[in-house]
Amino acid sequence: MSAQEEKQSGDANKAAYWKATLTLTLNLLLVWFVVSYGAGILFRDFLDQYSIGGAPLGFWFAQQGAIYVFIALIFYYCRAMTKLERKYGVEG
Amino acid sequence: MSQEMWTYFFVVATFGLYIYIAIKSRAGSTDDFYVAGHDVHPMVNGMATAADWMSAASFLSMAGLIAFLGYGGSVYLMGWTGGYVLLALLLAPFLREFGKFTVPDFVGDRYYSSFARIIAVICAIFVSFTYIAGQMKGVGVAFSGFLGVPFEVGILIGMAIVFVYAVLGGMKGITYTQVAQYVVLIFAYTVPAIFISLIITGNPVPQLGFISNVRGEDISMLAKLNTVLTDLGFMEYTSTNKSMIDVFAITGALMFGTAGLPHVIIRFFTVSSAKNARVSAGWALVFIALLYTTAPAVGAFARLNFIDQVHNKQVEELPAWYGSWSETGLLGYEDKNGDGKVQYFGDKGVDYGNGKIGDGSKQHPDSEATPLNRDIFVLANPEIAQLPGWVIGLVVAGGLAAALSTAAGLLMVISSAISHDLCRRTIWTDMDDKTELRVARIAAAGAVIAAGLLGLFASQLGFVAQVVAFAFGLAAASLFPIIFLGIFWKRMNKEGAIASMLFGLISTFLYISYFKFWGGTPDQWLFGVSPEGIGFVFMWASLAVGWGVAKVTPEPPQDVQDLVEDIRIPGTRKAHGAADEGMAPMPAE
Repeated sequence: MSAQEEKQSGDANKAAYWKATLTLTLNLLLVWFVVSYGAGILFRDFLDQYSIGGAPLGFWFAQQGAIYVFIALIFYYCRAMTKLERKYGVEG
Repeated sequence: MSQEMWTYFFVVATFGLYIYIAIKSRAGSTDDFYVAGHDVHPMVNGMATAADWMSAASFLSMAGLIAFLGYGGSVYLMGWTGGYVLLALLLAPFLREFGKFTVPDFVGDRYYSSFARIIAVICAIFVSFTYIAGQMKGVGVAFSGFLGVPFEVGILIGMAIVFVYAVLGGMKGITYTQVAQYVVLIFAYTVPAIFISLIITGNPVPQLGFISNVRGEDISMLAKLNTVLTDLGFMEYTSTNKSMIDVFAITGALMFGTAGLPHVIIRFFTVSSAKNARVSAGWALVFIALLYTTAPAVGAFARLNFIDQVHNKQVEELPAWYGSWSETGLLGYEDKNGDGKVQYFGDKGVDYGNGKIGDGSKQHPDSEATPLNRDIFVLANPEIAQLPGWVIGLVVAGGLAAALSTAAGLLMVISSAISHDLCRRTIWTDMDDKTELRVARIAAAGAVIAAGLLGLFASQLGFVAQVVAFAFGLAAASLFPIIFLGIFWKRMNKEGAIASMLFGLISTFLYISYFKFWGGTPDQWLFGVSPEGIGFVFMWASLAVGWGVAKVTPEPPQDVQDLVEDIRIPGTRKAHGAADEGMAPMPAE
């Protein structure tokens, strides 16, 4: 490959990495939205008909559940990003 | 030892520890002073971030706030934790890859404009000062309430301690003292919580006690609390008097505000790479969640326990802590009907005249448990749980740790905005590293003094609680949009950024001021959103303004576009002409 071609394939690689990052980010933000604004606020009344240990489920999501999912989300993101970096060979 | 001796012991011992750490971690360069040498371990930084984040309000007031607000308190729980997801996914790793010292640094370089940098400096300083006044007040209250030291002297002692480690060690000293402060505060918070949970539910884990049955009864703790409260004319614990749209907006303002708060963002400049910034945000949330998932349990237990021990009891039957806390003025009773008992009941259905009907969110005008300060629910916990006197000393030390660690992080934002962004990057661009370090120390010293004075005067004026909405609203509406667009939209330019920041700053400031100080009434709320939640609405508007203005003005220079490409891809950050002229980026690992 010429230097020109190498640069182009490197750029294409970076673009693909960035696109994959954006997709991952969007998906995780969707989960983030669903467990907090969704379960804890918008659909709380519906979820409250179920209960977890005597706590209405929507209420529980708003005061406990959402926070646990947030933690899992961030660590999942860390792992998925490490994988993406390896896949596209852009490790820092 | 008496309880007061134990309190002195813990306060003096922890303060000694902080000063010892400060002397051990003196800063030798601007890199040390602003970003702790940018090689802090991600977990250590996570712990420091948690202490930085959890303020006197989180420690002392949040559980009590939730105890009174019930479901309505969820906005704080989701808002102040969900922001970390935004930080981890949208901001922290990219800002670390960008590799400068402060938030205005990013704004100034990404938007190739000193004017944009100065507006960011103003936002950062304003946000931090509104926040710090509350911390200093918390320090004063802790000293005057527990050690019999006058309020003003308490603030002076707090200032002196922060002075030592912030001025000597900068971010490096602050980081390691924050780690120690986290350990102190989380221990002080969870020990009483475990015992309260045992007493109420028989389960030692508060998070599980929260979803367990009342000890020895066949009814869940929350169901019982709902029944007890509605019987007394309060609203159900699991409901709220706020509209859904307002709950939504407040949660949003707190989340995006958290992500845009400069003192939180700069903590992620202290790790060695973008990757470590991500991991560090995860750890920060773990350490924060330890307290934030305990707080709602403590709130519910305390409310149930309070009613059980106080309502309809003869005055002489009241528990001992009731009497001892009455002396502080935070708690008391008035026997309004003269029957020798204390009645505690809600205002549901009370006709206040002018069309206002009580909704059960407050005590009935004839209810007798007054005054009843919500902070009591954390402060009196050790006594309610019948724990030995030394635990109270520990709680005081924990409250001070929470206040001091947050104050120090905020001071760092204020002093670096002045010494780095204003002096080094804007006015005297040829200043050398040694001079800047000296200026940074002087700025830190000045900021400590200013913060102390603010604590003294602001609390005399009594508006501390009302201005906290400013901090989150402004961070959400003025800082978050331009940082976000600066990373995710290459085409975002100087004109768009300046318009967006000014719009966010001015609109949020005017809206909050109008309703908090200039007599606005709730029926005038925009879309039914209270001042606490308006930052969320103006954040979207500010994103739109930035986008619109950038669309009709020239695209940013090539250097800047290349810079944006670099910060998106780990390990590719190079210096880019004009954008990095004033200061080369920090290397990664």
